[in-house]
Amino acid sequence: MDLDFTAAEDAFRAEARDWLASHVPSVPLPSLETAAGFAAHREWERTLFADRWSVVSWPGEFGGRGASLLEWLIFEEEYYRAGAPGRVSQNGINLLAPTLFEHGTDEQRARILPPMASGEVIWAQAWSEPEAGSDLASLRSTAVRTEGGWRIGGQKTWSSRAAFADRAFGLFRSDPDADRPHRGLTYLMFPLDADGVTVRPIGRLDGKPAFAELFLDDVFVPDEDVVGEPGQGWRIAMSTTGNERGLTLRSPGRFIAAADRLTALWHSTADLAHAPETAHAVDSGSGSGSGSGSGSHDTALRDRVADAVIGARAYRLFTYAHASRIAAGGSIGAESSLNKVFWSELDIALHETALDLLGPCGELSDEATEAPAHGSWAEGHTFSLAGPIYAGTNEIQRDIIAERLLGLPKGRR
Amino acid sequence: MRFLLDDEQREFARALDGLLGSAGTPGVVRSWACGDHGPGRALWGRLAQAGVFALAVPEEHEGLGPLPVELAVAFDELGRHAVPGPLVETVAAGALLGRLGGDTARAWLPQLASGKAVASLCVLAPGGSPYALDADAADAVFVVDGDTVRLARSHGPVQPSADPARRLARPLGGVVLTQGPAVEVAAAHAADVAALATAAQALGLGRALLERTVEYVRLRTQFGVAVGSFQAVKHRLADTLIALEFAQPLVHAAALALAADDPAAGREVAAAKVSACEAAYGAARTALQLHGAVGYTDELDVSLWIRKARPLRTAWGTPTACRARVLAPDGRG
Repeated sequence: MDLDFTAAEDAFRAEARDWLASHVPSVPLPSLETAAGFAAHREWERTLFADRWSVVSWPGEFGGRGASLLEWLIFEEEYYRAGAPGRVSQNGINLLAPTLFEHGTDEQRARILPPMASGEVIWAQAWSEPEAGSDLASLRSTAVRTEGGWRIGGQKTWSSRAAFADRAFGLFRSDPDADRPHRGLTYLMFPLDADGVTVRPIGRLDGKPAFAELFLDDVFVPDEDVVGEPGQGWRIAMSTTGNERGLTLRSPGRFIAAADRLTALWHSTADLAHAPETAHAVDSGSGSGSGSGSGSHDTALRDRVADAVIGARAYRLFTYAHASRIAAGGSIGAESSLNKVFWSELDIALHETALDLLGPCGELSDEATEAPAHGSWAEGHTFSLAGPIYAGTNEIQRDIIAERLLGLPKGRR
Repeated sequence: MRFLLDDEQREFARALDGLLGSAGTPGVVRSWACGDHGPGRALWGRLAQAGVFALAVPEEHEGLGPLPVELAVAFDELGRHAVPGPLVETVAAGALLGRLGGDTARAWLPQLASGKAVASLCVLAPGGSPYALDADAADAVFVVDGDTVRLARSHGPVQPSADPARRLARPLGGVVLTQGPAVEVAAAHAADVAALATAAQALGLGRALLERTVEYVRLRTQFGVAVGSFQAVKHRLADTLIALEFAQPLVHAAALALAADDPAAGREVAAAKVSACEAAYGAARTALQLHGAVGYTDELDVSLWIRKARPLRTAWGTPTACRARVLAPDGRG
């Protein structure tokens, strides 16, 4: 048992760190949930791609570096440590691409993956419908066979970044007579500017058009844009959601970096509190402080900072253990539900702690010109609140954990 | 990187699980709680034969160690089977004397490693416990007081703990064995070993509580169905599993840090200690709640596990002290 990196892995880390140090924008880009921010983030994807940093784990022929899972984790640690921008291409890279690698054709991979890697084509997911959320298999949008392809119709919703994205992928009911709801579904890809597609942006909690509703009226999808076998969409999509919940959507690097920033914030606020007029009150406190002369004025907040640091570390180590298991020939199944609940709750706790440390200024929105840290804590907090909802709600995840990992009987939801 | 137990470590765990699974530990615990140490000492001898107490003793003193990862593996199983006695204190005393060396080490370490002697350890420090665990069952009670190590002459009256298997007493008097600045360094190391062993023990304890509770809610029916089919029950158990699953890699990483003599080991141990003990305490609360009234009785053996969780939480590093250490620049807090 060890936690050691090889010389090659250390060199990979150093190369990534150097590149990021000279390329990451010094001022954060505008929120990627706005038109201007989306364009700026698309440009950033192009910069990453130019030096083969946008999809490090993909094979070289598609613009990647053939990085191992561990190297990908290293890259992500460096990426977020450098404060690099959020990934506007993440739905395509994390959800669609793994599916195409597993179920797509050579033609689809050659046509779709390089422009995805460069940010030229940005993908949105089209899973949920107004009447099919957690019970996704009850979806009603249809795909009807026609010459050379399918005609799709219906309504999709909560489609992240569809307000600005180029194409979308999702599940459609192609066999209304199938005996079970999750049979007779087909996995399809379509352009968001196709005839018959109407995109209505939806403002998220803070008003930014982070997702959209899609109205599909007899939209033609050619056969070349079917992923895998028609009718097998559920099984194919589930291999994608496993990726989403598990390792690839929320890498530990994000939380390690956020916990480091939180610790720095805690030190800086503690230093303010240690101005001379309050020093005496602090020194006469419980005496159980960190001994570093900082932060001991509020042990409740200190404990929450420590819990965020511990949580980020636990998540990283848990992921290393998973990566080791995969390297040894194992696979991730229902265990990915453990990750999803853990990181989504950690993310909220971490940002709530930061906002509490900021005190009365913590309420400033990320659009406020005087928002601390360019509004990154406020934006991060808003984003974190969605974590327990998307990619399978945490209630669904806990059902999966209880039924598949603990062996409890199925019951009414 | 291969952050997984190897085959040998897994086999060691299986062997201990097999040994303890047939040892009737609930009966041993109930005897121990009454001050009858016979069955506990017999089990102690078998654990020693399996190598448990040699893991923290250096090879030069007839031990196998120091092997912190194997120690964590062993204590996970000891916790899982709720083995009573000053287990943590004996290995921590081994770590202390191993670091100090000299005549005391030569005199005691082979005895501890072979299981012939049972030790307790008390580190007198602000925020630390003034009690030695199971001093009445120990052949030697070592006391660290600043830069001095004493061998206690006797102990005060036994104070029962919330865990009936833990019997606490203040060490009294005794002769000075060693004195000097090396003592503080060795005692800090011993406290880290104790915290790691406690964390691993808590992890095993929590896992046993989860397993027993899952088994119970699958069998117990109300309203015509297994109570384990209710979402409120499932989600509580899912959260219990999550807490244990994410504490485990912290325990293993802390063991690796101690094995490597990493200067940041104290921080790693503290993170492991608070996470594992909070997870175990959460598991105990879940077990109690989901067993219902029958869980709130001392007749059911599960109570022996439930009652362990709270004391382990504060032994060898309270949650607050551990969290402070995680953020301290030197990991000492």
